Amino acid sequence: MDFRLTDDQRALRQGVRALLEGRFGREELRAAVDRAEGRPPGGGRVLDRGLWRELGAAGFFALRLPESEGGVGLGLPEAVLAFEEAGRVLLPGPLVATHLAAGVVPGAAGGEVVVTSADGWLAEGGRAEECLTEGGAAGGGAAARGLACGGLVEWLDEADVVRGDATGAVRLASVDPLTPLHRLPAGADGRSAGGALRAARTPDRLVASLLTAAEQLGSASRTCESAVQHARTREQFGRPVGAFQAVQHLCADMLARVETARAAVYAASVTADPADIAAARVLADEAAVRGARDCLQVHGGMGFTWESDVHLHLKRAWVRTHRAGGVTQSEEELADDLVARTV
Amino acid sequence: MDLTYTPEEEEFRARLRAWLAGVLPALPPKPSPHDWPARRAYDLGWQRMLYDAGYAGLHWPVDAGGRGATPTQHLIYLEETEKAGAPYVGANFVGLLHAGPTIASEGSAEQRARWLPPVLRGEEVWCQGFSEPGAGSDLAALRTRAWRDGDDYVVSGSKIWTSHAEVADWCELLVRTDPDAPKHRGITWLAMPMDAPGITVRPLRTLAGSTEFAEVFLDEVRVPAANRVGAENDGWRVTMVTLSYERGTAFVGEVVACRRVLSEVAREARKNGRWDDAVLRRRLGRLNAEFRALWRLTQWNVSEAQSTGGVPGVGGSVFKLRYSHARQELFDAAAEVLGPESLDLGREWSLDRLSSLSYTIAAGTSQIQRNIVAERILGLPRGR
Ligand SMILES: Cc1cc2nc3c(=O)[nH]c(=O)nc-3n(C[C@H](O)[C@H](O)[C@H](O)COP(=O)(O)OP(=O)(O)OC[C@H]3O[C@@H](n4cnc5c(N)ncnc54)[C@H](O)[C@@H]3O)c2cc1C
Repeated sequence: MDFRLTDDQRALRQGVRALLEGRFGREELRAAVDRAEGRPPGGGRVLDRGLWRELGAAGFFALRLPESEGGVGLGLPEAVLAFEEAGRVLLPGPLVATHLAAGVVPGAAGGEVVVTSADGWLAEGGRAEECLTEGGAAGGGAAARGLACGGLVEWLDEADVVRGDATGAVRLASVDPLTPLHRLPAGADGRSAGGALRAARTPDRLVASLLTAAEQLGSASRTCESAVQHARTREQFGRPVGAFQAVQHLCADMLARVETARAAVYAASVTADPADIAAARVLADEAAVRGARDCLQVHGGMGFTWESDVHLHLKRAWVRTHRAGGVTQSEEELADDLVARTV
Repeated sequence: MDLTYTPEEEEFRARLRAWLAGVLPALPPKPSPHDWPARRAYDLGWQRMLYDAGYAGLHWPVDAGGRGATPTQHLIYLEETEKAGAPYVGANFVGLLHAGPTIASEGSAEQRARWLPPVLRGEEVWCQGFSEPGAGSDLAALRTRAWRDGDDYVVSGSKIWTSHAEVADWCELLVRTDPDAPKHRGITWLAMPMDAPGITVRPLRTLAGSTEFAEVFLDEVRVPAANRVGAENDGWRVTMVTLSYERGTAFVGEVVACRRVLSEVAREARKNGRWDDAVLRRRLGRLNAEFRALWRLTQWNVSEAQSTGGVPGVGGSVFKLRYSHARQELFDAAAEVLGPESLDLGREWSLDRLSSLSYTIAAGTSQIQRNIVAERILGLPRGR
C-alpha cells in the first residue's frame, strides 16, 4: 500500500494546473463573471468555447476513455486530480456532464461539443416524503415544493447537447453568476409528482458525485490558502491578523477539513465503492461550503464584496451540493451501509 | 495512489489473523475497568503472548528489539487486532507507543538494552510524568526541580494527571535542571524508577469513576544520572520526539474500533425503532463518512511516514483534532440511540461516552492542536 500520488499523477496534476492557470487565471474568471452579468436574459454566450476545445485537446474530457477509442486511458484517480484543479480555479461549464458524455456524444471527448445533463443524476436526492413534509412546513404546498425537488439542469441554454428530458425546464435566477440553472418539472424522468426519488446508484451518478466532490475539494483547498494568505498580510492592532488565535483556529479547522476530505476523495477514486464515494461527497461538500464561509470571515468586510472571489467559491460550492445525490442522499446511503455490512 | 496490499503484506495479515483466531478464544475475560492492578496483569499477559508469538514491538527498529516492520505492516497489525477484538494496549500504552520509541530513537545503547526488552516482554509498565499543576498546555513552564548530586539527580516537585502511575515501574519524567535558562532550554528527560524512595502516588478519581490517573509527589527522589535520555537541558527536543509519537500514531487502532462501534449502534437503532428517526439516521450516516475518512487519513499518514523513515510528522495534529471530536460525537449519537438507558452506567457505551470526554484534552488539547496546525503547518505568525 502506498497511498501517495505516483510521479505520473503528480505530473498530471501539475500539467492541468499549469494549463488552467495560464488559460483561466483570475482575470479570465472575472471577465467571465462580467460577461455573465452583462448578458441579455436568456441569451449571450458566457462559456469560452476556445478554452473548452483546449481542455478537450488536453484530454480533460477523454481522460477515462480507452486509448482504442481515442481517449487517454486513465482512471478515476487521475480524473479526480484534474477535477480538483478545475475546482480550484472555479472553471465554469458543465464539466462533469461533458466528461461523462465522452465516448457517448460525438464531439464531447474533443471539447467541440458542450454537453449538459438532465438525466436525473443532477436531481437533488432526498426522499419523496421529506419533500412533502418540508413543503407543508413552509406552507408552499406539497406540489409547489415537489417541483423544487424535480431537479436542476446546469448550462441548459449554452449546451449543444442535452442528455435526458429537459422539457418544461424553468429558468432560475441562479445564485452562482457562473452557473446558469434551470429547474425541471416534477414527474419527468421517473421522478414522482411528490418530489425526487432517490437518484439511482448508476455508474454515471456515482462518477458524477465523485467528480463533484473533487471539484469541492479543489475549491476548499483554494479558499483555505486564500484565508491563510490574507491572515498573513492584513494587519490590525499592529500585527498580522493571523497572529490572533481566533483567526488561527478558523484556519486550522479549514485545513483539517480539507485534509480529511482529500483522504476520502482520493480513496474513493481508488476503490470506486459507493459508500466511499458518499463519504467523500459528504466531507468535500462540508469542506467547500464551510471553508468558503470561514474564508469570507477571515477576509472581514473585504470578504463581503463582489470584488473578492470568495463569494464565487461559496456560491459554486452551494450549487455543487445539489448535484448527483446531495448531502441528504449521501447520508442516507451511508446509514444504509452501516447496517448492510460489517466493518 | 495504491490502496492494495502487497502479497507479503497480505501474507502477514493472514498469519496474524490465524494466530489471533487461535489464541483469543482462550483469553480470560477482561477485568473491571476500575481494577488497575488486575488490568496491569491482564495487559502484561497479553503483551507476553504477543512477544512469544513474535508480534511485540512490531514497528520498533530491529536494533531496539523490535521487528522493524514497515508502517503499513503496523497498520495491518492495528487493524487486525482491533477487528478480532484483541485486548487494547492498556497499561502498556506509554511504554509501547511513546516512551519506548523515544528511547529507541534518543537513548544510548545501554539504555536501549536496559529498558526496551522488558517493555516488549510485558514485564515493565511505564507512565508519563510531564504535566504539573502549573504546567499543562504550557508544558515548558514545568517547575519540578532536579539538581546534580554525585552520580544522581535529586528531584523534588509534583506531577499530575499521570495515567497508570499506580501500577507503573518507570516514569518518563520531565524536570527543570537549569532554572535560569529560558524556559524551553533548562529541561531534562529522565527515566525514573517508580519504587524509588520519596515518591508518593495519590490516585485521582476521574469523572468516569475510575482511578485512571494520579498525582505524583516527588520529595528528593534520587535518579541515577545514567537514566538521562539526551543531554542535560536538551529535554525539550526529546519531548518533541515523544509528543510526535503520542499524537502521530497512538490513536490509530482506535479508529477501527470506532467503526465497529458505529455499526453496532446502527444495528441497535434498527432493533429499538430509533432508526425511523431520519435526523438520527443521517447523523449516523455522517459519522460513517467521518470514520471512513479518518481511516483513509490514517492510510495517507502511514504512506507519508513510510517515506520519512517512520517518524510521524505534525500531520498527527490534524488527525488528533478531527478524531477526538468524532469519537465524542459517536458516543453522543450512541446515547441518543439508547435514549434514557444511556443514563445506566451498566449499559455498553455509557462509560465510553464518559471517557471520550478526555480525548479533546489529553495529549494536548484541541486548542493546542489548532495552534500547532496554524503555526507549524500553515505558517501563520506566532502570537496570542
Ligand atoms: C485522561 C487524561 C490522561 C492524561 N494522562 C497524562 C499523563 O499520563 N501524563 C501527563 O503528563 N499528562 C497527562 N494528562 C494531562 C494532559 O496532557 C493535560 O491535561 C493537557 O495537556 C491540558 O493541560 P491542563 O489540564 O493543565 O489544561 P490547561 O492547560 O489549564 O488548559 C485549560 C483550558 O485552556 C485552554 N488553553 C490553554 N492554553 C491555551 C492556549 N495557548 N491557547 C488556547 N487555549 C489554551 C485549553 O485548551 C483548555 O481548554 C492527561 C489528561 C487526561 C485528561
